[in-house]
Amino acid sequence: MSTAFRLEAVRQTYAGRTVLDLDFLEVRRGEILALVGPSGSGKSTLLRLLNFLERPTEGRVWYEGQATDGERTPLELRRQVTTVFQHTVLQKASVRANVAYGLRLRGQPTDGRVRSLLASVGMGELAGAQARLLSGGEKQRVALARALIFRPRVLLLDEPTANLDPYNVGLIEQIVRAENREHGTTVVLVTHNVFQAHRLAHRTGLVLNGGLVELADTPVFFASPADPRTAAFVSGEMVY
Amino acid sequence: MSGLLGGEIWADLLPIIFLSLRVTGIALAICTVAGVPIGAILGLTRIPGRRLVTAILYTGMGLPPVVVGLFVYLLLSRSGPLGALGWLFTPRAMILAQAVISFPLVTGLTMTAIQSVDPSFRQQMRALGATRLQEIWALLREARLGVVAGIVAAFGSIISEVGAVMLVGGNIAGKTRVLTTAIVLNTRQGEFQPAILLGVILLVLAFLANLAMLRLQGRSG
Repeated sequence: MSTAFRLEAVRQTYAGRTVLDLDFLEVRRGEILALVGPSGSGKSTLLRLLNFLERPTEGRVWYEGQATDGERTPLELRRQVTTVFQHTVLQKASVRANVAYGLRLRGQPTDGRVRSLLASVGMGELAGAQARLLSGGEKQRVALARALIFRPRVLLLDEPTANLDPYNVGLIEQIVRAENREHGTTVVLVTHNVFQAHRLAHRTGLVLNGGLVELADTPVFFASPADPRTAAFVSGEMVY
Repeated sequence: MSGLLGGEIWADLLPIIFLSLRVTGIALAICTVAGVPIGAILGLTRIPGRRLVTAILYTGMGLPPVVVGLFVYLLLSRSGPLGALGWLFTPRAMILAQAVISFPLVTGLTMTAIQSVDPSFRQQMRALGATRLQEIWALLREARLGVVAGIVAAFGSIISEVGAVMLVGGNIAGKTRVLTTAIVLNTRQGEFQPAILLGVILLVLAFLANLAMLRLQGRSG
């Protein structure tokens, strides 16, 4: 089976307002899937559903062939999926302790893994630093390291490089790409940056007003979109 | 000055200092054991009536200690509901009064410390694979400096409190006389030397407590 997630007729409603309404969405195992769309289109809600942080008002989220149930999804499945958020909140502790957290939760030894991962995100020398004193770019690299340390099968990225400088953006994209290639990690990236989707993703989809407008292989999505709204969005002409 | 430092005055003062520390220490332990979990629950949950409980807590923080003393007195007096315990005019009555005074402080500041952690912190810990229990533990660890600051603030307020311990303890020499009540008595009797000495000791204790709190807040900020 090559499907990581399958969503069928999923609708998410907050206080009577529908923020997400998807007929169907499939995330393939081992792919980098980018979902682009304006702010407030429902992308982050979708990621919370995929990370079992919420249960859909209607419909079901299937993960690895199993029907899931939001926070009540078995821990073993929940621990295969993680998210790097746009606004990372680190623990008031050292960088090292923040990165080791996921391993400690799972009762796994931290041995040399924390050190080597910190080195690979360019944070080796700041291992002992207080996490709250880091810059925005450093924080996001720590966020990525604390997510990758327990080798998740699925990595969800919610605008992970918004507000970062090009150096940090490049570095984070490079790490994500390597993780996907070397470990087959499935990546779902949510962004309003179409260039990032173009650089990273195998497939790209447009989410608009809670619905999926179009989903295609990234070259096709950008070169010959089927829907005029996609064409407008990728060319920057969409007014919303 | 040599009379002060080397004299027999210490034989009278040391028991007073130790009793102060013992009464306040035990009261603090009681209100911490009760107040921290309750404050954590209030900070964590959205139970109905939470707003009312919060309003009561905030009122409790500003409660005049002498009023607490009055209620504890009535409670423990011979004809009161707990009169049979025989606690009135014993250190136990003083501990009870101080615990009541400091409970809202510890509970309220614990609640505030928990609530001041970024709302998305819990979600992010869950996304890293925390169970509900692990998530709450992480949250408590995150708020720990605020909680400790609450305990230190409570110490500062009850060690220097005079009205309640005077009422329920009775300021009996060698039995319920503490720093604050000894200062009152000495001053009234015109014995300024021991009064000033005790005052300085009390100031130093309060200063150390506040210094500790500032250090903690500096580290958490």
